[in-house]
Amino acid sequence: MPTDTHKITFTINGRKMERTISPSLLLIDLIREELSLKGTKPGCLEGECGACTVLINGDAISSCLYLAVNVNGKEITTIEGLSTDDRNAPFDPVQEAMIQHGGVQCGYCTPGMVMSIKAFQEHCEANRFVPGREEIKKAIEGNLCRCTGYTKIIDAVESLFEGE
Amino acid sequence: MQKELKVIGKPMPKLDAGIKVSGKAVYGQDVVLPDMLYGAILRTEYPVAELVSIDTSKAEQLAGVVSIITADDVDVNNISYRRDHPALKKGRVNCIRDEIAAVAAETPAIAREALKLIEVKYNVQEGVFDPFEALKDDAPQINEFSSHEKNKNISHPFHYEHGDLQQQKDKSAHIVTSRYFLPRMTHACLAPCAITADYSNIDNRLTLYSVTQVPFLYQRDMAHVLKMEPSRIRVIQTVIGGGFGSKLDMYPYEPICALLAMKSGRPVQITFDREEEFIASPTRQKMVIDLTSGVDEKGKFTFRVAKIIMDNGAYTSWGATTPFVMMQTFSSMYQMPACVFDADAVYTNNVYAGSFRGYGNPQATFAVERNIDLLAEKLGMDKAEIRLLNANFRGEFTGQELEFNTCGHKDALEMVIDGVGKTRKENDKDQKRYKKGIGFASMLHVGGGAKIYPSDGCGTILKMDDYGYLTIITGSSEIGQGSETVLGMMAAEELGIGIEKIRVINTDTDIKPWDVGVHASRTSFVAGNSLLGAIKELKTKLSPKAAEMLKTDEDDLEYDGGTVKSIKTGESIKIDKVARQIHFKGPNDLLTVSHYYEPGSKFADKNFKGNISGAYAFAAQAIEVEVDTYTGNVRVLNIHMAQDVGKVLNPLGLGGQIEGGVVMGMGYALTEELKVDNGYILNPSFHEYKLPTACDIPEIHFYPIETIDEAGPYGAKGVGEAPLIPTAAAIANAVSNAIGVEIDSLPITPEKVLQALSNKS
Ligand code: FES
Ligand code: FES
Repeated sequence: MPTDTHKITFTINGRKMERTISPSLLLIDLIREELSLKGTKPGCLEGECGACTVLINGDAISSCLYLAVNVNGKEITTIEGLSTDDRNAPFDPVQEAMIQHGGVQCGYCTPGMVMSIKAFQEHCEANRFVPGREEIKKAIEGNLCRCTGYTKIIDAVESLFEGE
Repeated sequence: MQKELKVIGKPMPKLDAGIKVSGKAVYGQDVVLPDMLYGAILRTEYPVAELVSIDTSKAEQLAGVVSIITADDVDVNNISYRRDHPALKKGRVNCIRDEIAAVAAETPAIAREALKLIEVKYNVQEGVFDPFEALKDDAPQINEFSSHEKNKNISHPFHYEHGDLQQQKDKSAHIVTSRYFLPRMTHACLAPCAITADYSNIDNRLTLYSVTQVPFLYQRDMAHVLKMEPSRIRVIQTVIGGGFGSKLDMYPYEPICALLAMKSGRPVQITFDREEEFIASPTRQKMVIDLTSGVDEKGKFTFRVAKIIMDNGAYTSWGATTPFVMMQTFSSMYQMPACVFDADAVYTNNVYAGSFRGYGNPQATFAVERNIDLLAEKLGMDKAEIRLLNANFRGEFTGQELEFNTCGHKDALEMVIDGVGKTRKENDKDQKRYKKGIGFASMLHVGGGAKIYPSDGCGTILKMDDYGYLTIITGSSEIGQGSETVLGMMAAEELGIGIEKIRVINTDTDIKPWDVGVHASRTSFVAGNSLLGAIKELKTKLSPKAAEMLKTDEDDLEYDGGTVKSIKTGESIKIDKVARQIHFKGPNDLLTVSHYYEPGSKFADKNFKGNISGAYAFAAQAIEVEVDTYTGNVRVLNIHMAQDVGKVLNPLGLGGQIEGGVVMGMGYALTEELKVDNGYILNPSFHEYKLPTACDIPEIHFYPIETIDEAGPYGAKGVGEAPLIPTAAAIANAVSNAIGVEIDSLPITPEKVLQALSNKS
């Protein structure tokens, strides 16, 4: 093996993988180019827009700022990993809420937005915390959306905690 | 009797929301074709320079580079409706966006590396960056193709007038004059530009995977540049990650990508990174507006005189034609006895402007509404009252000959005046530091298309299969605004079938019938009317057979719940059964029909008079802000927005358009400006160009007003642009109201607020 490559093992969307990569490879390129998972979106490649957000061990991170070597031994979830195989209920509750509340327009921010919301939801649930609108806004502040004006996205997140 | 609507008017999630939330939607940057190459464009280092030499030899030797083109390698026509813009620049560069060469390579990294190896020698020159300088006699001619007789540096002049100006001046009790400065704003679509071009020399066909919002005009423009027949160009629209007017024109990178594909004999993809997106995308038209307005002693408006200088940039795109829309606002928003309007798009060595949601109207509305507040202050009149007194009305025939067959302007004003009265709270913070204020603004915009092209129509083809599923093939395009969902809802309503049985095909010029494209908030109106026409034709096939099977008359039929029913007998038959009978039993026909709809609007005459739209949209906003006088920060607390939408088709989609538009208007008002200094762009990143984030979002109170315009589908009018248009004006009025200073430019940054406060004291 040439010295400027690294062998990494990781799990992505439940699948275990092994890859030999260059140490400078960005996670977004591993995901989009090497693994052909095009759901993760490049919006700025500067950590400013959140379109490339994925989960690493449950935490939301910008995959454009994250070196792929650092996923060694970790678990990645991308937008493709949220949907289920169930034909009658194909969506995660976060996805379903975004659809029903009209949180999607052009949809380019949506995968990253959904992943940020997912991490936030799990964090809240683990801490038995029901967030208010202001906390929800803070949670998605790093995800830019040019189409929706955010209101329907905030509604969607709020609905996830209704009845709790 | 109006039949009860079952689908229209009820909230419907977007048809494409499912694939979008799952990451399965294919955007321009997700397209992968076999053997595809990656293109990159070399842009100039200096805004203005003579190109002494371009040496590509080193780049050609880089392993993995497949082809390189410069202006010398290609035989093409200029782009732009003014034909003043070469896709690849030859001899000189005129602005910082200018394309000098392009590379196609095996990987994006190699393509970028190759750009660095291209050696360009420049002879740097002085530029003209101020349009007022460009108008001087001794200014150099900036664009060599400019041809207007009025002035060598004017790309497109406009003049409009109506009424007796002198008489109205004589009637005026007060006259105010102000100069307003409106900045460049950029679309900042979340998806950067992307195109993939695939050329086959076997049949001389070019396929473009494009993000255009006007595929048929694009096909024609591309053909002109490449000197091809339009029909040999197939435009396939990928899912579009934001449009807002940015994709209304064709830009150099698109024919460049096609030329690279033709030269390489392999598909080529070009995608912008964010910096290139900021530098190379068109902007909202930057302008200076001098506006003089008058009012009589009772508060009735008397006249407006507007003189506008627009910074066109080095080449012409649709931004130069925004006066078409602006003049309506000056001539016809609020009753207006006399108006004189002049606007010149002036060449400079800055980046060029394109079209942007609102099409000049946010700028015009800002000027008009600021002037109204000044007039009210002179009169000592309430700012809501003066607007109500002058509001447009139903049946009004304006000086510009626009016909307001329905008009919710006054209702809209009343609703927001009432709304803001309810949410307004006393200052709960330190009153010396925090000041609250309220501002009003209205808007008038085309709501039924706009006849600016020989046709403003849209074609529809319908196909119902043997199983009762419907395919709608529409000329119109979906750019995130939700039009395909509205079309699906209309078909579900009329044919009584579930929306899950309806598919909309709208992305391929080889298949879909002609449509002028997404602009002027026209899609639901024009494509909707086209679809309704097609459904009528489909029913001329379905109804006779259903009537025969049900042994009843055709006008006794009702389409509901997947069946055709006899109202008299209550008997019903499944719609797919009717389809099969028509196909297999007689008359042995397929349920395929096509329909073309052309709105009844007219062309404006050479004086720009005429009823150019099928309907007009009206809106009013009342906005409450809080100004921190220590920091200059403006916080928007409440936005009340009432809009005459004709009829609500999909409340969920409508709400999203309204909120999205209003928030975009907030960005325009408070933070967004693409800063250009001596031709260079200073803030080409999301870090420096601030979009509103979730934390900036105020409470948005929306009041739809249904005026049921008989020209529109179910009475609906265009919606998409309106919410953005009055927002900046209303915020500026609110800030001025809060701290008692004149606000004459956007964005209203903390520095400007502090400066205005210190000037005041
Ligand atoms: S692409 Fe990673 S934050 Fe924008
Ligand atoms: S839906 Fe278009 S950017 Fe969010």
